Amino acid sequence: MLTIFYLSAVVAVVSTMMVITRKEAVHALLYLIVSLLAISIIFFALGAPFIAALEVIIYAGAIMVLFIFVVMMLNLGRESIQQERQLLKPRMWFGPVILTLILIVEFIILFSKIRGQNYHALSISPKVVGVSLFSTYLLGVELSAMLLMAGIVGAYYLGKGKKRIMHRYLANTGSDSKAKGETK
Amino acid sequence: MSETLYYIIVVFGVVTLMMTIAPGLIWFERRLLALWQDRYGPNRVGPFGLMQVLADMIKIFFKEDWIPPFADKKVFVLAPAIVVVTALMSFAIVPFAPGISVSNLNIGLLFFLGMSSLGAYSVVLGGWASNNKYSLLGSLRAAAQMLSYEVFMGLSLMGVVMLTGSFNMNDIVLAQKNRWFIIPQFIGFVIFMIAGLAETHRLPFDIPEAESELIAGYHSEYSGMKFGMFFVGEYLGITLISSLIVTLFFGGWFGPSFLPPVVWFFLKTFIFVSLFILLRASLPRPRYDQLLSYGWKLLLPLSLLNLLITGAIILSG
Repeated sequence: MLTIFYLSAVVAVVSTMMVITRKEAVHALLYLIVSLLAISIIFFALGAPFIAALEVIIYAGAIMVLFIFVVMMLNLGRESIQQERQLLKPRMWFGPVILTLILIVEFIILFSKIRGQNYHALSISPKVVGVSLFSTYLLGVELSAMLLMAGIVGAYYLGKGKKRIMHRYLANTGSDSKAKGETK
Repeated sequence: MSETLYYIIVVFGVVTLMMTIAPGLIWFERRLLALWQDRYGPNRVGPFGLMQVLADMIKIFFKEDWIPPFADKKVFVLAPAIVVVTALMSFAIVPFAPGISVSNLNIGLLFFLGMSSLGAYSVVLGGWASNNKYSLLGSLRAAAQMLSYEVFMGLSLMGVVMLTGSFNMNDIVLAQKNRWFIIPQFIGFVIFMIAGLAETHRLPFDIPEAESELIAGYHSEYSGMKFGMFFVGEYLGITLISSLIVTLFFGGWFGPSFLPPVVWFFLKTFIFVSLFILLRASLPRPRYDQLLSYGWKLLLPLSLLNLLITGAIILSG
């Protein structure tokens, strides 16, 4: 069990590092999908099969498809690869490295304080997740439902077609627009 | 030791069986399509034209394996593999007979839904990697279609899960001992069949790959065995959807005892495969926006209604 955990953790870390160093957008997204699948295996190995399946279905299977969809439609081309090459120069890494060093120091301090805990092999079935979502965490479910509703309403409004602007001659005489249409 | 050996045998058996059925379906489909179109199918090569599959396979293997120089090579090669891999992985949870299934996952049904979500990548990446306007358009349409129909494919199966009480495929089959789930979940069956057709982009939902639309959609630039992989992946998808319909709605391997359960399972699966081929022979292709509005405006509310009514009946009685 621990071998599986460490192996998929290594895959997740390596593929996430590949995500941030690729110059081609779609390649980076494919490495992100690999990272998400590795995380799903970690969830499964730690006793949360429902979340593992949902991670694959929703995150790697729907959200990332939408990401790739949008990147495909943007049609980036050669210039974006040159841009990425500029952005990945070593002096660009200075800021993120400083901030991450602070986090690493915090990690080391915290982990040196925690006693080692026993690994409980407890498997959470979908039924338990469902019961707890609708009893203990009901407020969170309702709030995220409202958030998603706001997203749907916004998407509908953005996707609605614009009002057709007709030529002022055609606006009055809708019936014989065919006779006048050719002269336009 | 013998348990490991048993599992190895089952795994290899399933893979070999599926990789034999998928090309065999080439012959089956051509003969059935011909039967319904009032003509003969392939009947020259071998008895009843059975060697036609061998001839097709030899032809495809010997074709030049050409990757377009303007294409993204790694992703181009990866895309057809994704279809076949996800379809074959989904067969791991299908129970062929009492005790014979590759793995008895407690979340078996969710695993199938996850694999079919990942299968959408093959179309998307294939179209993008080809670096061809028509492929890109075809793959964008295909991605939108597959994402839309995935939503209520999962929802339509939740009625079955509610009646069973678990996601385990074996439990679902065993719960149909007295009454097949087709009777209480008829709407769920219809919606799942339509959504399954759209997921494997099979007629009437084959806008992504139809020959008369957009050249050939997302697989215009593919030739040789890569195209063969898309093809085989599609047939594997049909077999998968048929076997899932049989497992979830038609009692799996239950049947009168004069035939072994495995034979009943395959018999029922082939009836549904023939039904899908009949749909290809008879239905016209809807326009793309008609297809999507059919999905979002009719099937999604219907599947939610099915869920609601099933839940209400279970709670009340």
